[in-house]
Amino acid sequence: MSGMNSQGRPTGVGEVGGAERKTFTGNRGLAQEELLIFERDSGACGVDFDEPDAFECRLGGNRRKGRVGLPGLSEPDVMRHYVRLSQKNYSIDAGLYPLGSCTMKHNPRLNEKMARLPGFADVHPLQPTKTVQGALELIELVAHWLKTLTGMPAVAMSPKAGAHGELCGMMAIHAALEARGDGASRTRVLVPESAHGTNPATAALLGYSVDAIPATEDGRVDVAAFKAKLGPDVAAIMLTNPNTCGLFEKDIREIADALHEAGGYFYCDGANFNAIVGRVRPGDLGVDAMHINLHKTFSTPHGGGGPGAGPVVLSEALAPYAPLPWIVERKGRLKFAETSEQVEAVGGDSFGRMTAFHGQMGMFVRAAAYMMSHGSDGLKQAAEDAVLSANYVLASLKDVMSASFEGPCMHEALFDDRFLKDTGIETLDFAKAMIDEGYHPMTMYFPLVVHGAMLIEPTESESKDSVDLFIATLADLAASAKAKETDRFSGAPYLAPMRRLDETKAARKPVLTWTPPAPAQAAE
Amino acid sequence: MRYLPLTDTDRQAMLGRIGAANIDELFRDVPKAARRDELIDLPRRKGELEVERALSALASKNVPAGSVPFFVGAGAYRHHVPATVDHLIQRSEFLTSYTPYQPEIAQGTLQYLFEFQTQVAMLTGMEVANASMYDGSTGCAEAVLMAHRITKKKKAVLSGALHPHYRAVVENLSEFARDDLDLGEPVTDGTEDIIARIDDDTSCVVIQNPDFFGNVRDLQPIADAAHAKKALLIVVVTEIMSLGLVTPPGEMGADIVVGEGQSLGNPLNFGGPYVGLFAARQKFVRQMPGRLCGETEDAEGKRGFVLTLSTREQHIRREKATSNICTNSGLCCLAFTIHLSLLGEEGYGRLARINHANAVKLADQLDAVDGVEIVTPTFFNEFTIRTPRNALQVIDELADKGILGGVRASRLWPGQSDLDDLIVIASTEVNTDEDRAAYASALKEVLS
Amino acid sequence: MSTIKYTEEHEWVEIDGDSATIGITEYAQEQLGDVVFVELPDAGRAVAKGDEVAVVESVKAASEVYAPVSGEITEVNSVLDGAPATVNEDAIGAGWFVKMKLSDTAELEELLDEAAYQAFVAGLD
Repeated sequence: MSGMNSQGRPTGVGEVGGAERKTFTGNRGLAQEELLIFERDSGACGVDFDEPDAFECRLGGNRRKGRVGLPGLSEPDVMRHYVRLSQKNYSIDAGLYPLGSCTMKHNPRLNEKMARLPGFADVHPLQPTKTVQGALELIELVAHWLKTLTGMPAVAMSPKAGAHGELCGMMAIHAALEARGDGASRTRVLVPESAHGTNPATAALLGYSVDAIPATEDGRVDVAAFKAKLGPDVAAIMLTNPNTCGLFEKDIREIADALHEAGGYFYCDGANFNAIVGRVRPGDLGVDAMHINLHKTFSTPHGGGGPGAGPVVLSEALAPYAPLPWIVERKGRLKFAETSEQVEAVGGDSFGRMTAFHGQMGMFVRAAAYMMSHGSDGLKQAAEDAVLSANYVLASLKDVMSASFEGPCMHEALFDDRFLKDTGIETLDFAKAMIDEGYHPMTMYFPLVVHGAMLIEPTESESKDSVDLFIATLADLAASAKAKETDRFSGAPYLAPMRRLDETKAARKPVLTWTPPAPAQAAE
Repeated sequence: MRYLPLTDTDRQAMLGRIGAANIDELFRDVPKAARRDELIDLPRRKGELEVERALSALASKNVPAGSVPFFVGAGAYRHHVPATVDHLIQRSEFLTSYTPYQPEIAQGTLQYLFEFQTQVAMLTGMEVANASMYDGSTGCAEAVLMAHRITKKKKAVLSGALHPHYRAVVENLSEFARDDLDLGEPVTDGTEDIIARIDDDTSCVVIQNPDFFGNVRDLQPIADAAHAKKALLIVVVTEIMSLGLVTPPGEMGADIVVGEGQSLGNPLNFGGPYVGLFAARQKFVRQMPGRLCGETEDAEGKRGFVLTLSTREQHIRREKATSNICTNSGLCCLAFTIHLSLLGEEGYGRLARINHANAVKLADQLDAVDGVEIVTPTFFNEFTIRTPRNALQVIDELADKGILGGVRASRLWPGQSDLDDLIVIASTEVNTDEDRAAYASALKEVLS
Repeated sequence: MSTIKYTEEHEWVEIDGDSATIGITEYAQEQLGDVVFVELPDAGRAVAKGDEVAVVESVKAASEVYAPVSGEITEVNSVLDGAPATVNEDAIGAGWFVKMKLSDTAELEELLDEAAYQAFVAGLD
């Protein structure tokens, strides 16, 4: 043959060893290590400001004397620091998060664009209200959607998160009972065993005693046991619907009616609203107060843990007690009624204020963009797809994993660790092995009513291909576990940016801040 | 619909595997009375273009702070946020990630929380800080409850110059906790005698510095008086920029510091989302509410970070939790910490000096206007003036002249007529000489 | 000559005359996992049988410990402050929680002896 290059090089992959290859930097290709920002102090500065002209100090002698201790970095170094940190995070944009109860749906970027419009982002809560009419209209818009979707006449917009909303709803109930005259005698709140921890924590914070209602074998509230617990000292029930096992409480109307007859109020934890939004209105189920997690059902971003928003829809009975501020209309203009007196002037009796200013405006704008994009038809479709997808997961995995309850489920499917019996593998290990497969684990060990719970919520944002791969992966893991391939699980994750972390050490000897290393001994 | 990936073919296939004829079968547990045939009466789906049009129309009905000379503060401040901040917080891995409960795939979040905690401790001069509360006001109420837990006493003494919204949030929570509050009268010139109100029943003293009107005080005597009665000092800082120039509460005897971090990294956003800062002495750490991020090692000995001391929290302690709080302020924390990282020691101090210098300039210019009196002898970047006319009218007429001149004290203390002629005015690095001149000139016109 | 009794809440009580030392059992510490913190009462406090007398925390759980008998707390185990792991390492010895002076020795009759406790534990899942 002619024209051949006689200096060939291997172009195939060949024998690939070196998985444990060490590098000089500790980096592994694109997986880069990154020190703490304090350890990257170069004495540079990432902003440019001129020192002000000499000024007369008017601090009354209270001028800071020492250094703060902050590191200094240039803008490029700051950028690099945070980009490298970001590369160590899983995210919805990168993969499916099957976290039950969290509703990890797609976070549309239109939301972000709208929230950053100067007319929303660059307005102060205490500007004269005539200069922010559009902002008040936006809040009213979101309020209208929330009331209409839930079939409730009123909504408190100010709570800053779901748990804050729970507090608000229970405070409204407390206020209504006080106004009715039996606040002092009604001191007990009924909460299902399967409830999220915020429920009893909220009730206890307000001074109520918490009475747990058992579940039946089919995962729902035991109605007979519930009725047996009713009495003139019951203030309220805190019920999640669909419940934390992913099931619709089919006796909910019976529960609501019995409770109302006994003089109590119905608080509904709306964390799972995504299953029924656009199809079922909580107002039609007898609910008196329900918080809505805008960061769950209405796609505002989880942001690594927050911020959230937890507006609370309220029944006619509770509406007068809604927290400050209210938005009222006067002479064609919107205004705030932001003190008790101003609310009284419009016939209300607010229990007080939950937070400074008006609420999570930034999250309202995002939710508004989401609501308007979907419309009532899109929201109904989203709920249906969420429920469909969860049932598809349940139907596909119930024979290889242990489903806790007979279907159908709502938007999430609950499994437990019976299928792992005698394998030596726990729910935790199973979850950590999912990480190696490129998935964030599902919600684990919650709800507490089954052993080693695994709560899976795919949401409506996943394509069928995505859900199919997820199902196949779990099936593979389940088969592997039953075959006692413990290695795959007990040391997992092997491939994530970090191996399993020592949480015991972190709790026994908490190190919660960086401290500068001790200076080298001068004598040396 | 653009956010919904499933097609009708997909849906049919999925129903097939489930064994349901249609989607309604999956909703069979819904009581008949709650079932609906029609769609809920709300507009149908819209494309991006339409949504943008509708929301932009609402936004354009508002006067953005950046479009006029702007001097409004009272607990939320307009500062310049570098472009890098907003760019970084929109990265997918920060924006769309969850709470870092799986630390192996959330070290990005956990490391920045650890850095944030450290920065907050440094700024406030305290030993430990948490991974944020919702905002300063809810943090303040939680601090009071924490003080009650620690001292086992139930009476909180609040400064009368505490931000009225913060006071109201404390009042609300305390009523339910059946705790006592000793509220003070709003003393506007920094001479409030809070020490006289501390007694053996006092569990904590809550004082804002700089206070609502702007006064800056040495809190050490108050700390000493509180400690003598086995009470804790809680210091509230609503303008976190102040700690670049003012003595930090940790160096004045504070036991707990709560603050509003909005000034760093976060726009005004009409009141939220903001970021609550919460710091305390190390010995109180197990009584702190909120998330805490701690340092540890992984199985290979590599340094890493995890959420820790979780047994304080609702998902474990349930009824006995230190608080019911579940979320922190995530992305707002990140914005805060990135901004502070860009500023660094040099930038933070300089920016604080600029703020103070600008406020001094403005105060002098307004003081020169006939009839105007500066009420606060000390201030950082916010001070209070008394005008010969009712402040409501003054603010209103200034707005008509295109100046957002501040907050009238009477908005937050309605019915307190001795405050009717007071305006609280903030001046930050965003104000120019032209802005200040425009304000002084407009004020002169309004008062003549 | 001391005797050891148990409760169904997995506490052990070592009795010596009218003094008692109280801790949690091997079974309990194993169920809890790594103990990270123990919240102990103040010495001098009076407790009734069934009162919460301590809280033992692991990373993921917090458990109340109840007084198996009534009396007055005379001493608490300060070693646990810096070394909570002692509870895991030696639950029935160095990992004790409190010492008490008993007020009603008749209550001891209601407690389980070693055999009864072991049988109880065997019957659990």
